[in-house]
Amino acid sequence: MSVEAFECFVGIDLGSTTTKAVVIDAAGTILGRGITNSRSNYDLACEIARSEAFVDAQMSRLRSALEADPVLAAHAKVLGPSLERSFRHRQHLRQLATLRRSCLGLSGETEALRAALTAILDEMQVLAERMFSGLAGADAKKSEFFRDIAGAQFQKLAEGKAEPKKLPYEDIVGVFDKAILKVENEPDDLTFEGNAREALDRTLDRYGKQGVEIRAQALAALDDLLAHPPVTRCSVGTGYGRARLPFPKAQIRSEILCHGLGAHAMFPGTRTVLDIGGQDTKAIQVDGDGIVTGFQMNDRCAAGCGRYLGYIADEMNLGLHELGPLAELSTRRVRISSTCTVFAGAELRDRLALGEKREDILAGLHRAIILRAMSILARSGGVMDEFTFTGGVANNPAAVRALRDLIAENYGERRLNISPSSIFTGALGAALFALRDAQTADAAAGEAAGADTFQEAQA
Amino acid sequence: MSEQRSRSEAKTDAATEVEVPKEPSMLLQKELISGHFDKLAEAHERGQKVVYTFVPGNLTELLLAFDVLPVLPEINALQAGMRKKSGAYITEAEKLGHSEDVCSYVKCDIGMARTGLGPTGKKMPPPDMLLLSYTGCFTFMKWFELLKQEFPNAEVAMLHVPYQGDGIVTAEMRDYVVKQLRTEIVPKLEKLTGKKLDEDKLKGLLERSARAEEDLVWVLESGKHHPSPIDGYFGGVFYIGPIFTAFRGTEEGEHYYKVLREEVAGRIARKEGPITPLGPLNDQRYRIVVEGPPNWTSFREFWEMFAVEGAVCVASTYTKVGGLYDFGFRHDPTRPFETLSDYCLGCYTNLNLPSRTGMIAKYVKDYQADGFIVHSVKSCNSFSAGQLLMLREIEKRTGVPGGFIESDLVDPRYFSAANVKNRLESYFQMIEQRRRGGVGAASEVSP
Repeated sequence: MSVEAFECFVGIDLGSTTTKAVVIDAAGTILGRGITNSRSNYDLACEIARSEAFVDAQMSRLRSALEADPVLAAHAKVLGPSLERSFRHRQHLRQLATLRRSCLGLSGETEALRAALTAILDEMQVLAERMFSGLAGADAKKSEFFRDIAGAQFQKLAEGKAEPKKLPYEDIVGVFDKAILKVENEPDDLTFEGNAREALDRTLDRYGKQGVEIRAQALAALDDLLAHPPVTRCSVGTGYGRARLPFPKAQIRSEILCHGLGAHAMFPGTRTVLDIGGQDTKAIQVDGDGIVTGFQMNDRCAAGCGRYLGYIADEMNLGLHELGPLAELSTRRVRISSTCTVFAGAELRDRLALGEKREDILAGLHRAIILRAMSILARSGGVMDEFTFTGGVANNPAAVRALRDLIAENYGERRLNISPSSIFTGALGAALFALRDAQTADAAAGEAAGADTFQEAQA
Repeated sequence: MSEQRSRSEAKTDAATEVEVPKEPSMLLQKELISGHFDKLAEAHERGQKVVYTFVPGNLTELLLAFDVLPVLPEINALQAGMRKKSGAYITEAEKLGHSEDVCSYVKCDIGMARTGLGPTGKKMPPPDMLLLSYTGCFTFMKWFELLKQEFPNAEVAMLHVPYQGDGIVTAEMRDYVVKQLRTEIVPKLEKLTGKKLDEDKLKGLLERSARAEEDLVWVLESGKHHPSPIDGYFGGVFYIGPIFTAFRGTEEGEHYYKVLREEVAGRIARKEGPITPLGPLNDQRYRIVVEGPPNWTSFREFWEMFAVEGAVCVASTYTKVGGLYDFGFRHDPTRPFETLSDYCLGCYTNLNLPSRTGMIAKYVKDYQADGFIVHSVKSCNSFSAGQLLMLREIEKRTGVPGGFIESDLVDPRYFSAANVKNRLESYFQMIEQRRRGGVGAASEVSP
């Protein structure tokens, strides 16, 4: 079998919290997605997201190739996820190794601290093997970053190692807080090309007898794929850090346009889009072609944005992803009046001191953030049918519930669309703009060529 | 736009320079205004009286007929803003107990009054009279109440101009204002100066006003050309400077508008655009109508955000706050009191929401605009209320998209450059996308 050499189009959304990349093919089909924390080093964040998206794209091409092969098709469902897991396992181990190096480098001369750190990292190594074993329930979620996974594990393990007076908990965790920055600022050079073969080998080894039977054919499929590397025809960047992207101005689009187009591509019936990102909330109205007809954003204050939840998570010593599910357990929502992030923090502590339950307070906080979004939606012209909710906060079930309730109260029945990959909406829109730009360029070149031919004929 | 420089270069300039690269008329304008501040500094030494009054509804000809010099507090505030001095004055006013939400013009002015200096650093004489010509902005009244506390010796005169609640000026409204002028304002000015009103002098001033107004309207309406030879908002604030301040009715004022008109005529003939902080804007991609005053503390940066996108403001409402001349009004020397009344009644600040909406919609059509932008000022309650409703209605009537940005007049803390720039960029790209019909139909992708 052979894989056609192909052109692809890349969209990068450099947000204030996370950087997303999407790779699509010439038909507009999503091939791969990548996401990483936006850090002080935007260039690096951009590069990591892009390379992740390409690894993902190559994985999906390989899966397609396997599925297209009459013999391998039967095994694709096992091989694909297993290969992916193997890849991510490897990535995790690399990051863990960097974390170990940098933790020990930062630990100084204190023997007790070094010993504690070594013990913690050894246990994390064991946990890593378990996480990627493929056993049911053991898998790490793909949406979680190394920082979150490792951070949660580290903190829990550090509690067991800390000794009052001799080795304070803060000292141990303090090392992690510094060390993780080093991990995040190290480029991720785990390319598909450089590692796929080894990963497939490992996967086939684990596949037992069947692995032996299909080995030659599977490796040939991979080699064929590797012989036709993806070529980026055009990239478009968006997001808050877009000015930092190494693209010419023509290849930069505002996130308003990208979210509008991305949402339209995911749900063609979309007329109103709400995007709640890290530092801004956008309400966008689009027409039947995904063209933006109007928009409003939060004004001079970022209260009620994604960061608000991040801050609350920190205040409650929870992971960001734990907030929504916990709020969902609420039976009696507490009214939180402040949308000011810092004041809400104060209100939260106050409510906790009064003995309110965490889940009830959290439910109130989620409603507060959505109330703010409702006001921006109203400014933009209201909520039309269909309504698509995008951005990181769309993954939060409690935020979604509050939004659903408030929309029903204020606008009546609306179809609410949320894609599981809604965080990639902006990057998808950017990739589609990249594709359209290329199509426009092709059309212009075609016209020019046509004109030349015409002139030649005249001559 | 090859003349355009990179952002970082432009930024360095903004930090070191205060004002914007000039059209020749801008230099003349600057000379006039700073000359006025110089004259004010020595006014009391010369025995000349000084009257504080506001731009909308200003009675400059009447004051000049009495040889009285006008001081416009909101001009002082915006000049301080452009010179990056307003932040400190506002802090000063807040120390005196004025809240964060109070109009930042007021706070800047109060803070400045305490120093005894004007925005150019020259001495600012205390008012001999506070002449409130009340044209729709409630804050003006409170502002002068506060200034009265600062300057207890100042006389106070108030001209109450009825609000155009129904969108029209009736004969009764006019009579009401005329009566106040005759029985209240003129006698008080006569008492202040010890002179009788010289009606011939007043008529002469009004005659010159009308001629300058003719030229001003010609200049403002030149924005209908393609390319527009003026920026009717950022450039416009320079163009209205003399006529909205102390120069209506003066020879210098009349001369300025002749020079300006010639300059603009030259650009029309050469098919040139206005000079922006990034150089001449000849390649105009977006024609925009703007509602609301500019931000003064980041004036240049704000203008650059438009210029860098190739956006030219073809018309604006802010350039009408001191008089709505492009709808036909001219000062009429044959009926001095009636004409001053009509002038006050017709100021933009005295219009109701439907009139403002109709005016902007008309601008969008007459100036063939691609869009309109509302710059909303949060601390200006009387002006900002209703702007979103206006925006929707204008969109509906004209079919062109409206953009909405928020910052402040002279409080530097309320200009978030990154956010404003982000909104403007998005807005211009939206116009571009609509214009290009989205560059082909969107490809559909399964979620």
